[in-house]
Amino acid sequence: MQDAIKPRDANEVAEAIASAAANAKRLELVGHGTKRELGRSAQTDVTLDLSALSGITLYEPEELVLSARAAMPISEIEKTLEASNQELAFEPMDYGPLLNKAPGEGTIGGAIAAGLSGPRRIKAGAARDFMLGVSAVSGRGEIFKAGGRVVKNVTGYDLPRLLAGSWGTLAAMTDITLKVLPRAEDCATVLVFGLTDSRASEAMSAAMGSSCEVSAAAHLPQFCAEKIAELKSPGKSVTALRLEGISQSVAYRKMKLEELLRSFGELGALDANASRAFWKNIRDVAPFAGSAARPVWKISTTPSLAPEIAAGISAITAAHYYYDWAGGLLWLEMPEDKPQDGVVRTALAGRGHATLIRASASARASAEVFEPLDPVRAALSQRLKLSFDPNGVLNPGRIYPED
Amino acid sequence: MVAMPAPDRAVLDRREKIVSALREIVPGEGVIANEIAMRPYESDGLTAYRQLPMVVVLPETTAQVSKVLSYCYENGIKVVPRGAGTSLSGGALPLADGVLLGLGKFNKVLEIDYPNRAVIAQPGVTNLGITKAVEGKGFYYAPDPSSQIACTIGGNVAENSGGVHCLKYGLTTNNVLGVEMVLITGEIVRFGGKHLDAEGYDFLSIIIGSEGLLGVVTEVTVRILKKPETARALLVGFPTSEAAGDCVAKIIGAGIIPGGMEMMDKPAIHASEAFVKAGYPLDVEALLIVELDGPEAEVDHLIERVSKIAEDCGSTTLRISNNEEERLKFWAGRKAAFPAVGRISPDYYCMDGTIPRAKLPLVLAKMREFSEKYGLLVANVFHAGDGNLHPLILYDANKEGELQRAEDFGNDILRLCVEVGGVLTGEHGVGVEKRDLMPAMFNKIDLDQQLRVKCAFDDKGLLNPGKVFPELHRCAEMGRMHVHGGKTAFPDLPRF
Repeated sequence: MQDAIKPRDANEVAEAIASAAANAKRLELVGHGTKRELGRSAQTDVTLDLSALSGITLYEPEELVLSARAAMPISEIEKTLEASNQELAFEPMDYGPLLNKAPGEGTIGGAIAAGLSGPRRIKAGAARDFMLGVSAVSGRGEIFKAGGRVVKNVTGYDLPRLLAGSWGTLAAMTDITLKVLPRAEDCATVLVFGLTDSRASEAMSAAMGSSCEVSAAAHLPQFCAEKIAELKSPGKSVTALRLEGISQSVAYRKMKLEELLRSFGELGALDANASRAFWKNIRDVAPFAGSAARPVWKISTTPSLAPEIAAGISAITAAHYYYDWAGGLLWLEMPEDKPQDGVVRTALAGRGHATLIRASASARASAEVFEPLDPVRAALSQRLKLSFDPNGVLNPGRIYPED
Repeated sequence: MVAMPAPDRAVLDRREKIVSALREIVPGEGVIANEIAMRPYESDGLTAYRQLPMVVVLPETTAQVSKVLSYCYENGIKVVPRGAGTSLSGGALPLADGVLLGLGKFNKVLEIDYPNRAVIAQPGVTNLGITKAVEGKGFYYAPDPSSQIACTIGGNVAENSGGVHCLKYGLTTNNVLGVEMVLITGEIVRFGGKHLDAEGYDFLSIIIGSEGLLGVVTEVTVRILKKPETARALLVGFPTSEAAGDCVAKIIGAGIIPGGMEMMDKPAIHASEAFVKAGYPLDVEALLIVELDGPEAEVDHLIERVSKIAEDCGSTTLRISNNEEERLKFWAGRKAAFPAVGRISPDYYCMDGTIPRAKLPLVLAKMREFSEKYGLLVANVFHAGDGNLHPLILYDANKEGELQRAEDFGNDILRLCVEVGGVLTGEHGVGVEKRDLMPAMFNKIDLDQQLRVKCAFDDKGLLNPGKVFPELHRCAEMGRMHVHGGKTAFPDLPRF
């Protein structure tokens, strides 16, 4: 274990980072440490433990706004929101089960830094879409703020959104302000059985292109469908479409959606409770939990291209996979311990991006964990990193190798 | 008035040479150098500011944009990008020693992809043009700034434009999937595409809303949505703005997110009614338009719930649209509010702060005080759902000192917005207009961090200088890190 510092507030975070910059020490930023085995294995000297930065500092349900310190557990935030019938609409996924850790341990800062969003991404948006404001410490050890606490704001560059998905390489967020939304009163899921991948892609596209306001769309080939309890061993593939809202509306749209999908195949349904459990499983990649040795990839691509990409990878590697985001998100599990990044990226051919989510430290050291960039974007990314962190103090090498 | 950077004599002295070099890159009528033909470009929607550019360039291809920018980069020439010039904050105000780069010829929709619900358009396509291209199949592009008939998607990207449906459907930043952009060096780069989320840093976040300071966008990919099955509106009058504000909070508190929720105060109601005769009640202090959209069963149910909430909040008039014609009529007065105010005053100055909604009564009361102090009238229209306030300050530019008083009045309003927890601009951008107010919201460290991001894209500070940032610094100075070696409070690390 390397040395750790545990600042108690933003000023102490600033002091620690300024001191690291002055002494050429590299810091590993950690909240609860649930995603430490995700990303490139970086070489750091000291752990900056941010877990003391906890608490909700502002919550005004009528204003749809919540502020919390960065290491506030998501589970606590969700509990608070639930009491006012609200939620984090981007449905942040929980990597715990997939990464062989306990569920429900993540922090809001970690979710934002990793840009986590769930099945509702296609309708409600991603973590970055809910970022309103931030206070953070740059690699210079300076506390800066950006954004605000209101939804509509174009004052200055949108740095809060930029920090979403930056893996702690630009700044250490200390305070985060998010837009929150009302929780849907009711939900239901329409199932279609036995579709091929390409036919499922068409079905999801038809549903998304209808006025049914589908809030999640996934397709599970049989192997993955068998692993989800709510589907009760269907013996064939399952395509699932979620509807959320007030009860009258859900019932009405369910009828419309069933009409639309009847020609595709045999239909089924999940009620509200089964729906909630099912989509949590989809969100948290339940089909690939509990097989820790096998590498898992997350691919974001154009929805209609996904079946071809999945087939290309699977033909060579016999990987198992399923689709979320109406096909735009592919989760793949490799059958052996090799990540086979060459195969994955050849099949993807630049039509989106692939991230190695689960792999051993040695595999993550030898494979490109994040999608490699072309030289112009790589140089720009490097300049952006330096504009926040000129001495390379914050999570160096977490996304891209250091020169 | 905000001062622009002093023109560079050395550049102006080389004007002829620069013009002919640009003609080599963009042939024919694509380079405009005579004063009369440049006149239409001298200002944007913030007409109080005018300046002829050194030269206007209207490229037609990304390759031309790239060559123009790399020429300007190598020769230290400033560049001001421009879409349709509808900015209300002076974002496209030319510079006397700068190239005005107009993207108007980039006016084609390149691809419509219904299966993936995406449209790829050139930046000069109008906002409404995208919806027009897909509405035949029942789709639309959600952000709808009131200038949507004229403003371009490229300009929307630069300003992160909003509209009346933002609360439910988001701003430009929530609806753009990708861009092709040319850096000041001439390098062409792509961010995003038809897939979701960024690979690496989320550059789209900072490019959208960057007001032309980071690069020139040459292609935009947006997501399109299926039109809601139906939409209905309520028109509700209240005896006080407090009651109207309370109603807005209770609607949202009840878990209802309306497609649009607009408020007008008495002066705005009267001006609108006199202009378009939408049937607005004249005996109320505040008027609320609430629009619910979605499946019919849902809309009908929510209309009832909102009516009940409005009555409980003390509404004195309440009408519900029964057909599309009535709904549009409810909106007609709101949509015509700016020109309506233009009819009762020789000039008006439109502000754009955002506040936490609960602060509305306080802000309106303060505004009445300011109004007396400056001796100028103000009418308010308010995107009540998201807290975005548009006070319209009435003045007469021909009267000595009135423009200055209007600007001072406006600045007081914006400082007030920041004081109550809001921001300087909700959707119009900082531009020239609010540039010098930035320190009211950000301290030097905050602004320096933003400037360093600017430097990562534009190390010579050539793209749209004089906008957004109150002070210009050389990037080399910004890059220095002042570590007082060993003098930090706690030089040795592990210690807490």
